[in-house]
Formats: sequence, C-alpha cells, structure tokens
Amino acid sequence: MSSYLEFEKPLAEIEAKAAELRAMARASEDDVDIEKEAGALDQKAAGMLAELYSTLTPWRKCQVARHPERPHCQDYINALFTEYTPLAGDRNFADDHAVMGGLARLGGVPVVVLGQEKGNDTKSRIARNFGMARPEGYRKAIRLMDLADRFGLPLITLVDTPGAYPGKGAEERGQSEAIARSTEKCLTIKSPVISVIIGEGGSGGAVAFATANKVMMLEHSIYSVITPEGCASILWKDAEKMREAAEAMRLTAQNLHELGVIDHIIAEPTGGAQRDRDATIAAVGVALDDELKKLMKQAKGDKLMKARRKKFLEIGAKGLAA
Amino acid sequence: MNWISNYVRPRINSLFSRRETPENLWTKCPECGTMLFHREFEESLHVCTDCEHHMPISPRERFHTLFDGGIFAEIDVPTPVADPLEFKDQKKYPDRMKAAQKNTGEAEAMLVGEGEIGRTPIIAIAQDFRFMGGSMGMYVGNAIIAAATRAVELKRPLVLFSAAGGARMQEGILSLMQMPRTTVAVQMLKEAGLPYIVVLTHPTTGGVTASYAMLGDVQIAEPNALICFAGPRVIQQTIGEKLPEGFQRAEYLLDHGMLDRVTHRKDMKDELVTIVRMLMNTTPRVLGDLPAPSQTPDNTPQVTAQK
Ligand SMILES: [Zn+2]
Repeated sequence: MSSYLEFEKPLAEIEAKAAELRAMARASEDDVDIEKEAGALDQKAAGMLAELYSTLTPWRKCQVARHPERPHCQDYINALFTEYTPLAGDRNFADDHAVMGGLARLGGVPVVVLGQEKGNDTKSRIARNFGMARPEGYRKAIRLMDLADRFGLPLITLVDTPGAYPGKGAEERGQSEAIARSTEKCLTIKSPVISVIIGEGGSGGAVAFATANKVMMLEHSIYSVITPEGCASILWKDAEKMREAAEAMRLTAQNLHELGVIDHIIAEPTGGAQRDRDATIAAVGVALDDELKKLMKQAKGDKLMKARRKKFLEIGAKGLAA
Repeated sequence: MNWISNYVRPRINSLFSRRETPENLWTKCPECGTMLFHREFEESLHVCTDCEHHMPISPRERFHTLFDGGIFAEIDVPTPVADPLEFKDQKKYPDRMKAAQKNTGEAEAMLVGEGEIGRTPIIAIAQDFRFMGGSMGMYVGNAIIAAATRAVELKRPLVLFSAAGGARMQEGILSLMQMPRTTVAVQMLKEAGLPYIVVLTHPTTGGVTASYAMLGDVQIAEPNALICFAGPRVIQQTIGEKLPEGFQRAEYLLDHGMLDRVTHRKDMKDELVTIVRMLMNTTPRVLGDLPAPSQTPDNTPQVTAQK
C-alpha cells in the first residue's frame, strides 16, 4: 500500500509515525520501548482502519472503487484462470484494448472470460483508454459472447469501467448501437453468464457486460447509471456536489443488493481490496467457482437464457421503502 | 404468476380529439423565425413551412395524425413503485413528477396506443420529451414491455417514436436496468417474427439510444434529429475534440451507416405503412388519410379485431 485516499489521511499519519519509530529503533540500539510504542500505534491504526471501512459513505466507496491499486481484470485473469488464451479484434475496425478477454479455464472448466481493463501505470492506462471501451470493444465482446454461446461455454465477465467513451470516433462508429447489441447478446446466450463488478460499474458500458444470470459485486465496488460527478452537474448544476449525488443515487453494493439489482456481495479485506489484493482475488475466485457449479447444473437447453430474461424483466418491482 | 401476462388492458380514450387548443395562435420557428399560424402549424405537423425545421410534437398529437381517422385505443401501462430510491436533489423526485404531470397533462413520459395506419393494424408507442426530458425510468420500461406484449398477443408490428435525454437520474440504477429490460421486450417481438420499427426524433440520446431505440429492424429518423450516446457538449468538455458540422444529426448518422432512412414527418405515415405491410407480407399499401377503421353505430373502433 503506497497511496492513501484523502479520507485515510489520519490513518496515514499514524502509520507513518509507526514506520518512523521503527526506523529510529533500527538506527539506535535501544529498540524495546520504541517497538512497544510502535505496536500501540499499529493497534490504533488497525482500529481506525476497521472503523473507517465499516462506515464508508457512498462517495468514499466511489474513491475506494476507483483506487488505482485495486486488482484489475488482468490480475484476476492471471490469478484465477489457467490456459488463458486472449482473443482479439472486432473483425470490423480495430482491437480495443480497453476490453480484454478470451478462452480460459476456471477450475478446469473451459469458459470465455471478458472484462474491462483500466491499466496500472500511465502508459498502460493510456493504451487501455482508462477502461473506457469504444464501439469496437463492445463488438469484440459480442464476438466472444457468441463464441461462448455456440460452444456452450460459460461466460464470465469482470466489470470495471468508468463508462462509455465520450469521443467523436466512438460516436461516429455507433457506440450506442454497439452497447445495445452487447446487452442484447448477453440476453441470448444459452450457457451460464456470471458477472462480477470488481470496481466501477459505469452506466451503459457496464450493463452491456453485466446482463448476467448472477451479478455479484465486491463489497466496496459501485454500479450506477452515471458517475456521481455527472449526476451532480446535471441535477445540482455543480459537479462539486458529487457527495450528495453519490448519496442520492444508491450506488453501493449494499443498496443494490437491497433493491434486488445484484445477487451477491463478495466481502473485501478490512481496508479494501487495495490493501490485500491476493485475498480479494481469492474471494472472487471462490464466489465464481461456487456460482459456476450451481449454474452449470441448471444449464439445459435455453433454460438459463429464459431465466436471465425473466430476472431482468422483474428487476425494479421493489423500491427501498419498507 | 407471470409478471407480464395479465395487465395489458386497452382503453379507448381517444375517440374524440384531445388536441389542446393552442393558447398562442402563433408559433415562432426557433430556426428561422417564421411565424406559423396555429392551424397551419397543426396541418404541417409542427414542421416549419418555411425552413422544414421539425419542432416537437406530443405523443398524443402524433398519434392523432398517425392513426386512421385519428383514432386509437390507449394501452394501460402498469404504474411502477413511486420514487423507489427516495431521491432528492435540489427538489424531491415526487415534486418534479407532479410538475411534469401538470405541465403535460400526461401520467408519464410514454404513450402506448393501438389502432390502424393505412388499414394496417399496429401498436405504436411514443416518448414525450416534455415530460422530464422523456427520460427512461421504470414507467418507460413498463410501457415498452406493455406495448411489446400487446403486439405479440395481437400479432401486430410495433412502431416506436423515441425522444429522450437519456436515463431518469432520479431512479438511479433502476433506470439503467431499463436497458436490459426493454431489450427483452424487443426480443419478444423478434422471436414472434413481428417487425419492430424505430423512428428516432429530436433528441434521442444516452441510455435510450444504447438500448431499445437502436434495436429496430428498420431505423428511421426525422430530419436533423440529434441522435447520440454522449452529447456534443459532454464530448467537448471531457475530451475537447472539435466536432464537425452536423455531427450526431440524423443525416450525419445516415452517412455513417447508422440509420436506414431520414424521413420528413409529412411522409412518415405513408412510409411506415409501406414498410410494415411488406414486412408483414400483406397486400400493397393503401395510402392517404383514411377514416377511422370501423363504422359501427357507436363509432367504437374494432381495436382488437385480428385479420
Ligand atoms: Zn423555420
């Protein structure tokens, strides 16, 4: 962990102090008392971390969901899947690097895995367009979804995108149509479809990948119709009102579970996925394995496709009001 | 048990014209400034007689000019949970709803009707931009599902007129969920082998374009309609790209292969009749402003008659 979020500043100070004391202890010979003091600080920090993360406001969740050190699509694929064989291109215009995917095995089962990748340094972030797909990204996804359907392979999607890309070329090449077709394709696949929102589930770009039999979210991920900043600038006429917007929009995993929009929340380590990437990835692996086994038992004919359609028709029957 | 099986009850309510008498006798074309007298304005279907600018037309007025004799039966749309997120920005969502209802005289942003065009039975559905920017929330989703269900039941084509700024922010994720929901409705039509024709009107943007409004078997737009996912202002603000003349307008999309046709409002009805009759493999079209379909003494249209 090297980068703290703004609201973690008090925590950062305590942890820095503890580190400083330990450095001092190493320099001097007399380290017993110092270690005791540092240990007390550690305890204080741990308490503060647990407290901070058990009471995250929606806006803080947005910050955690966007944390650059959170595990990304590539990390999950590397750790959880074997024989990953990337497949590229939309056979039409380009290969969109914001979207990655291909054939792989999950627990030995051949699947198609697909997701948005944000990149992890300046160079890869630019190459990945910060996880914002262009039309060719959705069309590549459609092609892979079709492959899954035709060969009866389960489809697993890992969603992490700020949303669609607001650019001239993306519009000219019909990104709205591409998103619509991708959602449509999700609804015609006969094999199991499982989605995990691992960070940001941003608007149409997310839904085009997440129209699944089972939609899971990591504990501090978000899923929304627009970014809080975008919502604030439209409804409050002030992008700085993103805290209020995040609150009003009900974009946390907990809210969405309550609304029946998602099926399952995967717990994150204390302090968020960025503090223990391996544990987070392992937890996602367990959840995927579990859901895949359950769905594969039900996969007969077009049963899962029908169940998926029924599920989405019925979403929204209940509001938050008791 | 099935959520969609038993709520569609057509209600004949448009036997008599509900056309509002305009408060202003004159309408000024926002493009060229020409003053249009209200009768002329109505006859031209809200298109400027001078510069051909297509001005907004309400769903009810559109249906009045679309269906034979101006007669259609309104299909009930199930009312969704009100204010599901208890959303409050600067105003409360229920207050915004009330204001929109008062301004438009409509319950929500979508009107569904069944009737005949050129003696061709269809289901039509039109989005009302005046109602909170035509925004897509639970109700709009319910309306599209109701329209598709009715179309499948009666084996009729569905013609959809879109107009929306996008998703209804106040319904948050539930508005986003209308994208897959309405896509299921389109799939119902597809699987029943029924034509789904989309007429994109000004403006159609955001999540609406990224779902049901781009999934038609035939995609038609009204001239100069703005059609996009991310609007020109958003693109300029976030990416700073220079945008060419006519960008994201109907003709530009046609040119880039995103539409089948751009059609003047005055020709729309005839064109829809022609296309629908060929897709339904029925006898050639009968064009013109036909009287109401049935001449029964009480003047009740045979809205449920199947051919
Ligand atoms: Zn004019």
